[in-house]
Amino acid sequence: MEAKSLKLSDLANGAGEWLRGSGPQSEIVISSRIRLARNVSGFQFLTKCSRTQRASLEQKIRDVVLGAAISPKTLYVDLEKAPENDRLLLVERHLISKPHAQAEGARGVAVSGDETVSIMVNEEDHLRIQVLRSGLQLEEAWEQISKVDDSLESKLDFAFHPRFGYLTACPTNVGTGIRVSVMLHLPALKLTGEIEKVFRAAKDLRLAVRGLYGEGTEATGDFYQISNQTTLGKSEDDIITEFKHLVIPKIIDFEHHARRVLLQDRTVALDDKVHRALGLLRSARMMASEEVLFLLSHLRMGINLGRLKGIDIKTVNELFLLTQPAHLQKLTGRKLEGDQRRAARADYIRQRLGA
Amino acid sequence: MKCDSCNNTATVHLTEIRSGKKIEKHLCEKCAAQTDGLPAKTHTPINELLTNFVLAHSGIPKETTAGCEHCGITWADFRQGGLLGCEHDYNFFDKDLTPLLQRAHEGATHHVGKVPVRKGGTGVPMKKAVDMSKLRKELQRAVEAEDYERAAQLRDLVRQAEGG
Repeated sequence: MEAKSLKLSDLANGAGEWLRGSGPQSEIVISSRIRLARNVSGFQFLTKCSRTQRASLEQKIRDVVLGAAISPKTLYVDLEKAPENDRLLLVERHLISKPHAQAEGARGVAVSGDETVSIMVNEEDHLRIQVLRSGLQLEEAWEQISKVDDSLESKLDFAFHPRFGYLTACPTNVGTGIRVSVMLHLPALKLTGEIEKVFRAAKDLRLAVRGLYGEGTEATGDFYQISNQTTLGKSEDDIITEFKHLVIPKIIDFEHHARRVLLQDRTVALDDKVHRALGLLRSARMMASEEVLFLLSHLRMGINLGRLKGIDIKTVNELFLLTQPAHLQKLTGRKLEGDQRRAARADYIRQRLGA
Repeated sequence: MKCDSCNNTATVHLTEIRSGKKIEKHLCEKCAAQTDGLPAKTHTPINELLTNFVLAHSGIPKETTAGCEHCGITWADFRQGGLLGCEHDYNFFDKDLTPLLQRAHEGATHHVGKVPVRKGGTGVPMKKAVDMSKLRKELQRAVEAEDYERAAQLRDLVRQAEGG
């Protein structure tokens, strides 16, 4: 692994900017993410790249990315050489995709010191630029990512077609190459059984609903990612405006309404869920990661609804991240399997929640 | 519901009829992957699903059978893998791709949005090329709609842009 004045272990002890839990509407919106797909003109797409072409492409992009000074401190991880746990750690931090962690051949990722920017090199496209911020900050994320895109474009010729826009390996991304995703915490809609309505409405608007780790993952712990599918014929501004003013506020209102209903009509049941979650988290000796997500979700809701005092959202947000397998192994400094891992997880949670 | 084999949540539910007897299995993804006779991959990425769906319903009459001269990919290769081989494929498979793009992108066939300032080191300002493409498309629409006044205006704009 190569590092430029920043090491992966520097990141692993805390949470990135997106988990600080203080962005706008953060009681419901966990994070705003924008990614742009770009390919370098003159190089074949990765399906048709030879090993040598792939390696020279990675080198070329790496040099540009590190030269572009995307942040005061930039970490570059050579994923072909990085150990498995480091690659998983980056997945858990939402800095690379699962397929990128598991792929083979020359590939890497550049991460800004505050983890708001990450650039995957040689994923499905030559470059996948991402900006991830806490709460509802889509316009800020767009402004930031567009600047990064401009600075890379001043050094790299991106494959672009006057009619089709930015050319991507998969035609479902062609045009703007943009994917806007907002991660929402919707525990009340889940409890009141109205979450299906959100799914149906999203489907009607041609939006995708996914789980915590994006494509191909289940919604766990009541976290849902809503993202656009259409990338051709709509400008970046159109898509962002639609999200910011139409889609997300409606879902937020809907969740607020469900939370009010729970508070007014089902106070005891709500308190039971919240305190049961805290009780388990503070006393269990072995915990599976899925169970933790589920319990932390209830805890988070309890804090946001003023039913729990003395625990802050930041701690809960950090626990979501630091109890994931790769982080747990990094924290304890050893490889943990099955029951060992579940025991270490429970220990860490008890310690953080002051039990 | 818990997995039959371990403590995880069951996400794969299987009902089998064996010699007239109904057998129900509830497994988590990990255990299902290790069970014989079950598809190993339970989650298909949305892009793949979408591409397959679009391809299955695109009813493209005439396929290009030749391969792209730059990357060698054929339309059949693309249909199978869902990914193109190089930037030239968009021109090479233009006719086959257009209906597919329309289905995937709410009927759109033209890019709207950000444009790179430069491209290919040739110094050709791409912004101008995009504007030209838009103008020509508008001109074509005006002609089709028999709005000759608008068509004449647009033709002048195209000429002006080409000249300037």
